[in-house]
This record gives sequence, C-alpha cells and structure tokens, in this order.
Amino acid sequence: MLRFIAKRLGLLVITLVGLSLLLFMWVRALPGGPATAMLGEKATPEAIEAINKAYGFDRPVWEQYFTYISKVMVGDFGNSTQSQRPVLQQFADQFPATAELAFFAILFAVLIGIPLGYWAARHYGKWQDNTSVILSLLGVVIPVFFLAFILKWIFAVELGWLPTDGRQDIRLDATHYTNFYVFDGLITGEFDAAWDAFKHLILPGIALGSIPLAIITRITRAAVLEVQGADYVRTAKAKGMTNKILRKRFILRNAMLPVATTVGLQLGLLFAGAVLTETVFAFQGIGYGIAQAISNADYPVLQAYIIFIALIYAVINLVVDLLYGVIDPRVRVK
Amino acid sequence: MSANIPDPNQLPEQLPPAADRAIDAVVLTGPPVIEPEQAEQPAPADKGDTRHADRGTSLWGEAFQRMRRSPMAIVGAIIIALFIIVALLAPWIAPYGGEATPGRKLVTPTDIPGIGTPGYPLGLDNFGGDVLSKLIWGARSSLLVGVISTCIGLLGGMLLGALAGGFGGWVDTVIMRVVDILLSVPNLLMAVSIAAIAGQTPFAIMIAIGAAQIPVFARLLRSSMLQQRGADYVLAAQTLGLSRSKITMSHLLPNATGPVIVQATLALATAVIDAAALSFLGLGGGVPQTAEWGRMLTVAQNFLSSAPQLAFLPGLCIAITALGFTLLGESLRESLDPKARKR
Repeated sequence: MLRFIAKRLGLLVITLVGLSLLLFMWVRALPGGPATAMLGEKATPEAIEAINKAYGFDRPVWEQYFTYISKVMVGDFGNSTQSQRPVLQQFADQFPATAELAFFAILFAVLIGIPLGYWAARHYGKWQDNTSVILSLLGVVIPVFFLAFILKWIFAVELGWLPTDGRQDIRLDATHYTNFYVFDGLITGEFDAAWDAFKHLILPGIALGSIPLAIITRITRAAVLEVQGADYVRTAKAKGMTNKILRKRFILRNAMLPVATTVGLQLGLLFAGAVLTETVFAFQGIGYGIAQAISNADYPVLQAYIIFIALIYAVINLVVDLLYGVIDPRVRVK
Repeated sequence: MSANIPDPNQLPEQLPPAADRAIDAVVLTGPPVIEPEQAEQPAPADKGDTRHADRGTSLWGEAFQRMRRSPMAIVGAIIIALFIIVALLAPWIAPYGGEATPGRKLVTPTDIPGIGTPGYPLGLDNFGGDVLSKLIWGARSSLLVGVISTCIGLLGGMLLGALAGGFGGWVDTVIMRVVDILLSVPNLLMAVSIAAIAGQTPFAIMIAIGAAQIPVFARLLRSSMLQQRGADYVLAAQTLGLSRSKITMSHLLPNATGPVIVQATLALATAVIDAAALSFLGLGGGVPQTAEWGRMLTVAQNFLSSAPQLAFLPGLCIAITALGFTLLGESLRESLDPKARKR
C-alpha cells in the first residue's frame, strides 16, 4: 500500500516538473518572448530591454528554468506582476473560496444526480428514464457561463432572492480565520455571516455543479442498469432475498463503484471549470484569479496557478484511487 | 443470429439493460473519451454474420443505414445542416454586416429595443447592431473555429498516436509520457492557458482549443491501434511479409479510425462551447461588437436587467449547435458499436 502511494507520488512529481517545463518553454517560445506579451505589441525596444533585465529573460532558458525551480523548491513562486504580492500568498487567500464552492457544487451534483440516475434505471425505458437522459444531455451542452447568467438573471436580478456576486456581504464585517467563509461564520458564532456566505454559494454552486450533475446521473443510471442484469443479482433474487436487501447490498453498493470514480474526477475538474462561473459571479476564488491574471498578462500567477490546479487534480485522483480500495475489496492493493 | 432480429434503436424498451450499457457507460463523460474495448471493431470478414451478405455493406455503409433510422441522429443532422447552411450563406442571408451598427440612433444606455422592433426582428444590442445579423455571422465564426481547431487536434493527435502505436518501444513511451503530462491539466484550463500566452486573437483560440484536444486523440488512436495489432488480419499481413510501415499505414490505421471519428464529432461540440468560453473570458481579441456568440454573451452581462434577450439568444445558439454535434456523435458511436451491431 505504502509502495503504491510512493510510486504514485513519484509519478506526480515527474508530471509536475514536466508540466512546469512545458509551460516555461511555451511562454519563452513565443515571438518577442514574455516581455512583449506583458507589455503588448506596441512596446518600445527599451521597455522590453528593461523587462528582460528585471526578470532575467535575457539569460539562457535552462538557467532561467533552474533559477525558477530552485526558488519553487523553497515555496517562492514569484510575485504577481499586478499586485506585487507573493503568488503563493494570493493562492492561499483564494483557494478556500474555490474549495468551498467546488464542495458545494459536487454535493449538489451527488445529492441530485445519484437518486435521479437510480430512479431512471428503475424505470428503464419509461418517461422517467427519458426525462433523465434528456436532462443530462442538456446539462452537458448548455455552456456553464450561460447557465450562470440565466440563474443570476432569474434569482438575483429579477426575483432578488439571492445575491448577484461576491462571497459575502461586506457590510457584515465578518471575522475570517480560515478563509472558508461558511466555516468561519460557524466557528466564530456569527451565524448570520455563515448564512450570508452560504447564500452566496448557491447560484454559482448550481451553475458549476450542472456538468457533474449530468455526468453523475448518466453514470449512475448506466451502472445500476448493468448491475441489475448481473448474474449475482439474479442468483440473489432466486435465493429469495428481499427487494430491500437486494437493492441496498447488491445493486447500490456495486453500482456506486464507477460513480465514486466519476465523482472524484469531476471534483478535480471543477477547480478548472470554476474560471467561468467565478467570473460571472465575481466570486473571488482561484478561477477568478486566473481570469484576472489573463487580462493583466500576469504570467507568474498564471504559470503557478496552472501547476497548482494540476496538483489538486492529481491529488484528488490519487485519493479516489485509494478510496476505491476501501469501497471495493476486490481491487485492494496488497 | 438471424435476419429478423429487431433493430435496437427501434425497440429500446425491449432490450435487456446490458445492451444499452456499452453505450451509456461512455456517453457524456465530457470531455468524451471512448473506452477502447467498446470501440473495437469486428474483423472485416465475419463469415458467421450472413445477415448483410446480400446488401454487401461496409462497416461505414451499415453504420449509415442504422443512423438513418435513429431519431437522435436525424435531429442532430438537421441541426448541423441548418447551422452549416446559415454559416456558409451568412453574407447573403444576414440583413447587415457582422460589426455594422445600423440602429445606433435607436439605442440609448437605458433603452435597448428588444425582439419585434420593426426592421430588426430580434432587436438591437447596446451598440445598435442587429442581433439577428450578429447571430448569423456568429454561426460562421463558430463553424470556422470548430472545424479548424478540431482539425488541429485531429491531425496532431493522429500523428502522435500513429507514431506511438505504430513504432511502439521508446517512441511510444516518450510520446505517451508527454501525453500523460498534458492530460494532467484539465482540458479547459489548458486551452485557456495556451490562448492566454499566445496572445489574444481568434487564431490563438483555434490553436488553443485544437492543441488541448491533441492528447485525447493521440491516446485514443494509440489504444485503438494497439487493440488491432493482435487481430488475425494483422498476423496474416505479417505472415505475408508486409513491411511494418505498410501494415501500419494500410491495415492498422484505417481500421483504428472509427473511435477517432466519433470523438472528432463530439469534439466539435466541445470546440463550439470552449470557443465561446474563451472569447467570453476576453481571449478572442477584436472590437467589443465582434459578431461572436461568446463575445455577445460577455457584453450582454452588463445589460442583464434591461435586455436579458441579449444573453439568451447567443446562449441558445451555442447550446443548440453543441446539442446537434453531440446527438450526431453519440448516434454515430452507437451505430459503429459492434456490440449493438451484432444484435
């Protein structure tokens, strides 16, 4: 087991180093180099020269990369060219926001998707089934940011039930220890602050959760259908198992295996998908940070954030693989 | 296996659940990747199956026959046909140019004429542009981005996949390691970062979306080729003394393209959505009134309360186009699936 984890972590390190190298080369392979990208096409040669000097872009690429990596090793990802704050510090501020949002989104997708998929499979071929298939098709083809618009327009602008943007009403002046706003509100006893932060999560969470919802529904339906027809279910039925036991121990437990993998994968993808949702709702998480970095050509932030998201994605996948052994004894690594 | 076995597409409710599973298990796991075992194709000369002997149809001919009977495929094909016609005929059917602002005198910041304005059937946008015309021109730019970026992804991916699958050995190892690294970044994020670094032009968007698709195509073609490598007809070709490159090019590759083509159709849907997403994030370059669905949505967010139709119409266009490609891709996958074919 430990060897398995060690091997996976080793692969992860190699992947991240490779990724950072690719990103590094890509920025420097462009005509004009990063200085032109930062200053724009109309930059004067003197200005480009100055930027090259200041950031060390005039040195050989391998030397630049080595300097970068050795700084990264001690946790220095450089400073944002916009705010001049350390990238890592900015990430630490924004990560809890996205984590909270992604958690809410996946919770929404799981709580609706699994029952919906199960329900569709129980009524295979009937209208319930068709409805769920159409819904999950729509969930995938409707662009997330468009759905975010619709939700914002109906529930925030027209009906005014929920806030239009941000993470929390600033007038509440809530105390923040961990930057997980809902959690902070709960531990400090500022329940109105927690409730307000939660209300800010609802719309972006639903928008962000729409794709995982569609996919989880689809996978649950397919998995239940497959397990329902399996030989061991037929045997159990022939032995006179009650429907309740049959569903709980035989069908659901086995059908949840592929669903668990899907949930993990989708959770990882949400950290990237948040770019669009967070932009629509001005929700200050890492997706918002990336969008800002793009419009400001803030390369230290962009470069580091992509690596961080790849890291999150990989770690979640690793955890899912480990959990897989817990829920399915057959694949346990010896 | 006799001739009067009903077609599964026509009688879905009578199918045992497992028949549907092969399709469902891989449907809509966007970015869609086809599992190799489901993509396997039967050896060309399947003598046990005499059902189609009289028709003498090929794999693709038969797939086409099956698709003609599937309502999913028909709806998808109609949507796509309409979309392509509109995109190609844009200069003739659009009342105004893409960036023209014929109604700028009718528009004030607080009053944007909506659907049903005389002379402008779908109303005006905040610049005074005709929304109908912009939607039509937007179809053209979506088609262009979709086709070009998917071609980039397809060509790049097929080249890498064919090299890896054809040569094997260290070439395979090196290519697949790089592909694994690229796959460790979520697709949209990769497209966003490529476009952001490559500068903000429509061309950068095409490259970004295309490049982000390369790893998926490469892996797909490779696994599909590896699967074919053990097939009897490859062994036969080897026994006949054909060279390795000959076997790769004229035996392995043609037989391994089925899943790749299905994936390309689905990738078109992703490309249309991603292109809108990237230009929504401001990566498309150009003036704010550019006739592009994603760009129209970006601008519309400032007028959500006064003119919500400005967001609804382009969003609807994106969703319908993506739906068309998805339906077509899914039904193509179903028709090519040997497990469904044999029934």
